[in-house]
Amino acid sequence: MTKEYKTITEISGPLIFIEKTEPVGYGELVHINLPDGTTKRGQVLDTSADIVAVQVFEGTGGLNEESGVVFSGETIKLPVSKDMLGRILSGSGEPLDGGPRIIPEDRVDVNGASMNPYSRMPPVDFIQTGISTIDGTNTLVRGQKLPIFSGSGLPHNEIALQIARQAKVPGSEEPFAVVFAAMGITNEEAQYFMEDFEKTGALERAVVFLNLADDPAVERLITPRMALTAAEYLAYEHDMHVLVILTDITNYCEALRQMGAAREEVPGRRGYPGYMYTDLASLYERAGVIKGRKGSVTQFSILTMPGDDITHPIPDLSGYITEGQIVVSRELHRKGIYPPINVLPSLSRLMNSGIGAGKTRDDHKAVSDQMYAGYAEGRDLRGLVAIVGKEALSERDQRILEFADLFEDRFVRQGRDEDRSIEDTLNVAWDILSELPEALLTRIDNKYIDKYHPAHKSN
Amino acid sequence: MKGEIYRVAGPVVTITGIKPKMYDVVHVGNEGLMGEVIRIKGDKATVQVYEDTSGIKPGEPVVNTGMSLSVELGPGLLESIYDGIQRPLKVLQEKMGDFIERGVTANGLDRDKVWEFKPVVSSGDSVKGGEVIGVVQETENIEHKIMVPPTVSGTIEEIKSGKFKVDETVCVLTDGTEISMMQKWPVRMPRPVIKKFIPRTPLITGQRILDGLFPVAKGGTAAIPGPFGSGKTVTQQQLAKWSDTDIVVYIGCGERGNEMADVLNEFPELQDPKTGRPLMERTVLIANTSNMPVAAREASVYTGITIAEYYRDMGYDVSLMADSTSRWAEAMREISSRLEEMPGEEGYPAYLSARLSEFYERAGAVKSLAGEEGSITVIGAVSPPGGDFSEPVTQNTLRIVKVFWALDAKLAQRRHFPSINWLTSYSLYTQGLSEWFTENVAPDWVSLRDNAMDLLQQESELQEIVQLVGSDALPEDQQLVLEICRMLREYFLQQNAFHPVDTYCPFDKQYKLLKAISKYSDMAQAALEAGIPMKDILSLESKDELAKVKFEEDFESALNVVLEKMDREFAALGGN
Repeated sequence: MTKEYKTITEISGPLIFIEKTEPVGYGELVHINLPDGTTKRGQVLDTSADIVAVQVFEGTGGLNEESGVVFSGETIKLPVSKDMLGRILSGSGEPLDGGPRIIPEDRVDVNGASMNPYSRMPPVDFIQTGISTIDGTNTLVRGQKLPIFSGSGLPHNEIALQIARQAKVPGSEEPFAVVFAAMGITNEEAQYFMEDFEKTGALERAVVFLNLADDPAVERLITPRMALTAAEYLAYEHDMHVLVILTDITNYCEALRQMGAAREEVPGRRGYPGYMYTDLASLYERAGVIKGRKGSVTQFSILTMPGDDITHPIPDLSGYITEGQIVVSRELHRKGIYPPINVLPSLSRLMNSGIGAGKTRDDHKAVSDQMYAGYAEGRDLRGLVAIVGKEALSERDQRILEFADLFEDRFVRQGRDEDRSIEDTLNVAWDILSELPEALLTRIDNKYIDKYHPAHKSN
Repeated sequence: MKGEIYRVAGPVVTITGIKPKMYDVVHVGNEGLMGEVIRIKGDKATVQVYEDTSGIKPGEPVVNTGMSLSVELGPGLLESIYDGIQRPLKVLQEKMGDFIERGVTANGLDRDKVWEFKPVVSSGDSVKGGEVIGVVQETENIEHKIMVPPTVSGTIEEIKSGKFKVDETVCVLTDGTEISMMQKWPVRMPRPVIKKFIPRTPLITGQRILDGLFPVAKGGTAAIPGPFGSGKTVTQQQLAKWSDTDIVVYIGCGERGNEMADVLNEFPELQDPKTGRPLMERTVLIANTSNMPVAAREASVYTGITIAEYYRDMGYDVSLMADSTSRWAEAMREISSRLEEMPGEEGYPAYLSARLSEFYERAGAVKSLAGEEGSITVIGAVSPPGGDFSEPVTQNTLRIVKVFWALDAKLAQRRHFPSINWLTSYSLYTQGLSEWFTENVAPDWVSLRDNAMDLLQQESELQEIVQLVGSDALPEDQQLVLEICRMLREYFLQQNAFHPVDTYCPFDKQYKLLKAISKYSDMAQAALEAGIPMKDILSLESKDELAKVKFEEDFESALNVVLEKMDREFAALGGN
């Protein structure tokens, strides 16, 4: 039986300090027995021969010096099993749905190990989300990590759900699962997700981890790691293609800052800890495809940018780790366009390897580049029109201005249940591009114009 | 004396019971995790550990190797893919599978592989540190020169010839010193040279905006800062693929796993355009992704440059790409904050500037101890948070480097690639290299280039006016300037890295392309003066056709067709 220590010397915020212990391992899981008989859990943050610092997941409320501390002798592990599919678990992995405990097939360290870059397969399989602004201009591929950068009050949850509903690899019937981790979102938002999962039957192939706004902040640091551990297990041991949705990364980072402050660390930019980059990388980098294994982990995280500021440390550091971002725009949302995705600051870094002949269509890249260029110029012209009026524009510029409007109205805008195939998306693209004079289509090779331009297409 | 762990806090471990030197490599814990001593205070020493420390307890043993962090140098470096502390990733995969567990050691050089050693000195010869004693054909096109370690000299007693493993003795000196094909060198110490030169030859990259407008010299330093999503990684990979150096060292420092995987998969498939052999045969890759241990990330940059110096000493031109030095600086910051050091600007350690300049100073064109002329060109990427160039890493870097390729997210959004801003970029080598350009490209190259730069500068001023009043309000000659600049941007500066032909543009082609645009410019100018309406000049078919010649397999004839058409069209306009 492991020893119980009653030597707590200090309790400060979420941290407790324990003296005179046997050697304790860094990162060990800790059980704390309160005088009232309840138990809390924690993790070792700093261990020395004299004193051990532990962060308590459920908060230190009710703890006193009488509490007993038991060191488990191992790091935090998640019991994993294929039976996790269809289950709703708490942010620290306990069942919340009234169902039985999970009978583990294995117990896995939630921190995971870093994948050997040499073992990785570069992601190349196109995932069709049915949303034109993603499939057409910011294509997602299997094994990618592509977050949604959004702001408060924008429909990022609806977009995430639409993707979870519609995402598929065309022509493939391989097993597919969703791992959903809520970090500090409100009960209402969580209900919204759960209802949708139940309504569409997605829950059967989903594992849900819920850490809600009133759950302890420290637990938030563990929740995404639990979710990713479950995802890796399903992907690499059970050959499933797993889509992980983490929401909201901003709440996670707030928790990280809170813990940093409690530990009295030297703060970095805007008070966030200096190791936030490494910490976020340890989450985001757990996406990918491994050579010789069938499954994959694809991440679709949601991040609300404080004050819509893309240079804020959270979106900024995330953007350096993830392979692009989908930016939700307040301006488009106000215009009543759904999904209000602004393609200009959006980017999928892995797009080029997932598109083209044999994957999507040979003209995909050229069409996408042309639309980007046209829309970017059109938006600039809008600024000019505001000053000089539309009449002062040259004929060419007026056509481009109209193109920008068409782009928003026909390419970006689509229904909440509208699942466009990639063919549909590219055809819409050609429809609006054909409104431009052909001489302006400088990004498109003549052979594609001959093949796909509505004016040339022989039929 | 027996050492043991006193305290563990993340990657920082305090040890007690032994008296190590600064930067000694120690093995901590029952699993023997590798770490480096970074502070000594009283009877305790602080160690940054290169591997995950979860589960490590106070009281576990510590062993000092007595050596500072070193790399193994010798035949077999090329074609290798290492982590930040020179462990071959392939060997790690064989030893522990797809995920990197800890406590595994692996030699940087394969001990079993046999190399054919051909001596170039004979017994009785006296040799100094750094002198070549023999050669090994490391890959098809790279001859590896076996050098006496820089700290050793003497008279040769015995020199062997034939097949050997890297750690077998191939040469014995009269004082009994045994020399093998492998030597170790501490990564934090620059390898000595006889002298450094001022670089006078350009690094040819085949990228028009780089070679043409902002060239870097062989032995020079360049920085690519770029807000995320501005195409920095693609630009760096293009440089690695196409630069005309003998050896490429690519350090992926804290970058994305999937992109690293792309590099690791793509490089072995790439062909060297000059020899037709795989590019990997002259490449060393160092991959330390963002989720691999932070201390190894800090070390990876030094590991890379030490390997680069070793090949430079043989007389090779080496290009070293570090992607990204910001991640490296952040690793320093993270470790510094764990040590509770007094932070400087934005939490970076006060020694940030010193470390950066020490690193870039290891670049240069040199005469090595072996008497050979070699060079290291360092191209460092910086990733300024929020695209803010005033942050400390970018600023400290700019104070040192001579070339600045300013990637611009706005250009990337417009799909202008490579999205290098021609107004904010600069190269301090243009003057020093102009002699080379005049001799090797064309006598009028420098003036063509300066003229193009001048026009682009004018364009930015004109654009401000256009923003206010629209382009139609400009006089016709200025409208022409805008059109020429659009051609310069779209036909010359834009280059498609993924297009089989356009991905690499030799100097000759760059010159002809620029010359063609200049020709149109001159003829249009003349036509305008002759009173031909602007609209007619702008609507020439040949002008639009010029946009596509850069993609043609047979560039020469495609260009000639367009140029002839241009002559005919201008003639048809009349006027001249």
